[in-house]
Amino acid sequence: MISIFKNRLFWPAAILVVLLVINMFTSRQFVTVQDGHLFGTLIDILRNSAPLILVGLGMTLVISTGGIDLSVGSVMAISAAVACLLIQDLDDQNSVGPVLLIIGIAIVVSMLMGLWNGALVAIIGIQPIIATLILMVAGRGIAQLITDGQIINVQSGPYATIASGFFAALPVALLIAVAATALILLLTRRTALGLLLESVGGSPTASRLAGIGARRLTIMVYVVAGGLAGLAGLIYSANIKSADSISAGNLIELDAILAVVIGGTALVGGRFSIIGTVLGAVLIQTLAVTVVAIGIPSEANLLFKAVVVVALCLFQSPTLREKVFGRLTPRSAAGAEVTA
Amino acid sequence: MGEQSPVLEMTGIRKVFPGVVALDGVDFRMFPGEVHALMGENGAGKSTLIKTLTGVYEIDGGEIRLGGVPVRISGPLQAQQAGVSTVYQEVNLCTNLSVAENIFIGREPRRFGKIQWGRMRRRAAELLARLDLDLDVSAPLSSYSLAIQQMVAIARAVDVEARVLILDEPTSSLDASEVEQLFRVMRQLKESGVAILFVSHFLDQIYEVSDRLTVLRNGQLIGEHRVEELSQVQLVEKMIGKELAALEDVEDKAQRNRERAAEATPVVEARGLGRTGAIAPYDLTIHEGEVVGLAGLLGSGRTELARLLFGADKADHGELTVSGKPVNLRNPQVAMKKGIAFSSENRRTEGIIGDLTVRENIILALQAARGWTRPIPRKKQDEIVDKYIKALQIRPADPERPVRNLSGGNQQKVLLARWLITEPKLLIIDEPTRGIDVGAKAEIQRLVAELSDGGMAVLFVSAELEEVLRLSHKIGVLRDRRLIEELENTAGVDADRIMQTIASGATS
Repeated sequence: MISIFKNRLFWPAAILVVLLVINMFTSRQFVTVQDGHLFGTLIDILRNSAPLILVGLGMTLVISTGGIDLSVGSVMAISAAVACLLIQDLDDQNSVGPVLLIIGIAIVVSMLMGLWNGALVAIIGIQPIIATLILMVAGRGIAQLITDGQIINVQSGPYATIASGFFAALPVALLIAVAATALILLLTRRTALGLLLESVGGSPTASRLAGIGARRLTIMVYVVAGGLAGLAGLIYSANIKSADSISAGNLIELDAILAVVIGGTALVGGRFSIIGTVLGAVLIQTLAVTVVAIGIPSEANLLFKAVVVVALCLFQSPTLREKVFGRLTPRSAAGAEVTA
Repeated sequence: MGEQSPVLEMTGIRKVFPGVVALDGVDFRMFPGEVHALMGENGAGKSTLIKTLTGVYEIDGGEIRLGGVPVRISGPLQAQQAGVSTVYQEVNLCTNLSVAENIFIGREPRRFGKIQWGRMRRRAAELLARLDLDLDVSAPLSSYSLAIQQMVAIARAVDVEARVLILDEPTSSLDASEVEQLFRVMRQLKESGVAILFVSHFLDQIYEVSDRLTVLRNGQLIGEHRVEELSQVQLVEKMIGKELAALEDVEDKAQRNRERAAEATPVVEARGLGRTGAIAPYDLTIHEGEVVGLAGLLGSGRTELARLLFGADKADHGELTVSGKPVNLRNPQVAMKKGIAFSSENRRTEGIIGDLTVRENIILALQAARGWTRPIPRKKQDEIVDKYIKALQIRPADPERPVRNLSGGNQQKVLLARWLITEPKLLIIDEPTRGIDVGAKAEIQRLVAELSDGGMAVLFVSAELEEVLRLSHKIGVLRDRRLIEELENTAGVDADRIMQTIASGATS
């Protein structure tokens, strides 16, 4: 009982449930089946969470090493610009093969962007916040250069599918996010990658002396973060069927960092939680929907979000919890006597 | 002194942690103007008792009286206000701030809210002069040695009108002359009526400076004695609770092994290996099954020498052969591939990863060597970890506990386990016994002897000459960042001989 309250994911999960219940009452359709697909507010929330989940996954890995990646939004814009530019030039925008190839190219370009970040951080030794700030600022410029300052519209069925399509009754975007989460979980927890990342984030010096090649690992997490941001950019752009270099992924880095923090990963690095980040991302998306659903005036949106986030962070603080809830549990129970 | 009333009286102190009774009805008292040593093994309850006194922990039972008045100490600040000041084992200062700022941090002399820098510097200088220290108080603390930093911490603690001053392992990183300086300061403070609680693992130091001592074991009070009433052997028996033949046992083994090592094949051979500004070029050969000890004062280059053999720092001249093949140790990974392991003297910053569990810390080096794509299967991890927790008697024996929560001695064992599972040919251990109790120290020494019996080469770095003499087949003596002599550890070699070598700086 007590251990449930102590779990760092209890409060995010509880708030998410509360928000979802609110939506259940306010929305006309929460979950319904239509033409063999699932529809409704819940499905929309999950589908629209996909880009933030993808970016958040990468951010989690970067933060676990004690770094941060501010450039994810710009990478999204670049990836979208590359994809739309290439699709636009296709003879047949609806042929699946070339579109898949282009998606692959866009992701590889995004990973190269991550490689740049990783090299600045791990080889040249620039502080992560500064190193990725460079691409954050320059990246949107690059995206605009690619698209020649225009918004490129595409009419590609296969491309649109990754955002709005359905597979086995579920949105493709959601499936991509789930698959990416599963992949990252496998990659970090079934191999020793997670342990080594946590070690590097926990103490870089001690890790080096334990023979961990921190440099290669650090570069790797930025590359993965870049690739995932690129994928998120594609989903975003496929959703609006165009590449908009200005608004694609605008300020998403902040939501992604927030999702990581809500998920219980400390910004100083070390221990991280993939599931926590996913929970955080869905929570943030749900919050955005709820604000509209319960009729909070649009100008108060951000304020409302801030209040919820502050409340959440306070609940998660062990010190505050001790003060507020410590009195509810008798002292003797906490320090149950067991003879050693 | 006996007629005086105690300045501090703790009676029936009880402190319980989940699963453990850390203190079980402990009585402790201190008189003004005495140095009182608190003795006990790791986990005996010394740190817990100190922390209840400094307000880090709240007590679950018992009473604390300061100057006869019952007090409830609920935090470090309250403790300070009540006249209890502490200098912790690991120096807790801000090395990026100036000496003066460190002394007055949180209580800077102000006028109209503005800090009076001039007055602060002047008062800091006066304070330090009282302790016989001549420092540039506006220089950053980081520009001084750890020993000086320790003195600054004491100056800070003393300045807050302390009635009780707690010194937790203040000497563990000081060399002999600095220890003397510290003792002079302690005696001065004693004269002025301060009661000093002194914790140290160096028995000689305890006997040199203390008036009275209290022994704890397993969270219980064993006894309070005047120092002259209790011999060192009796004291150790009280602390351990059993006859301690362990240390002599270790010595026999090392002796027996001495002849054998001479004929063995070399594991590493350094020829003119050096690093500018860190250690002058040196020649050193370490054979299979041989323990080479490094002796020298603090800052003499012991650690710097050792680090080159692991690639922790890169040598900029000379050459090194490992198992007969020339190698360039660009980084620790290369060294590990060659079968070299290195446990740093800075347990906390260069050794353990505090957030990770005991299990994760133990398998870390082996896992790093295998690469992240080849995880050690969980079952195998548990096997290895259980084996080493038992073999090295790591306590508490819980592999899933964050290593941060273990005592220093047990963290050291975790580090040793980390390297032992990589089955190195050469094990470099830098100050493995610093700041840990007699029992754990004996265990580690015995382990080193056993490893060398099993054919492992060991480079053993320690500030304690006796320890180096007890374990080593060969002793490298350092002075001023230079390896000045290499001594076979034969019957004629003793601590005096090494001291003379250091003092004369002979390069024979």
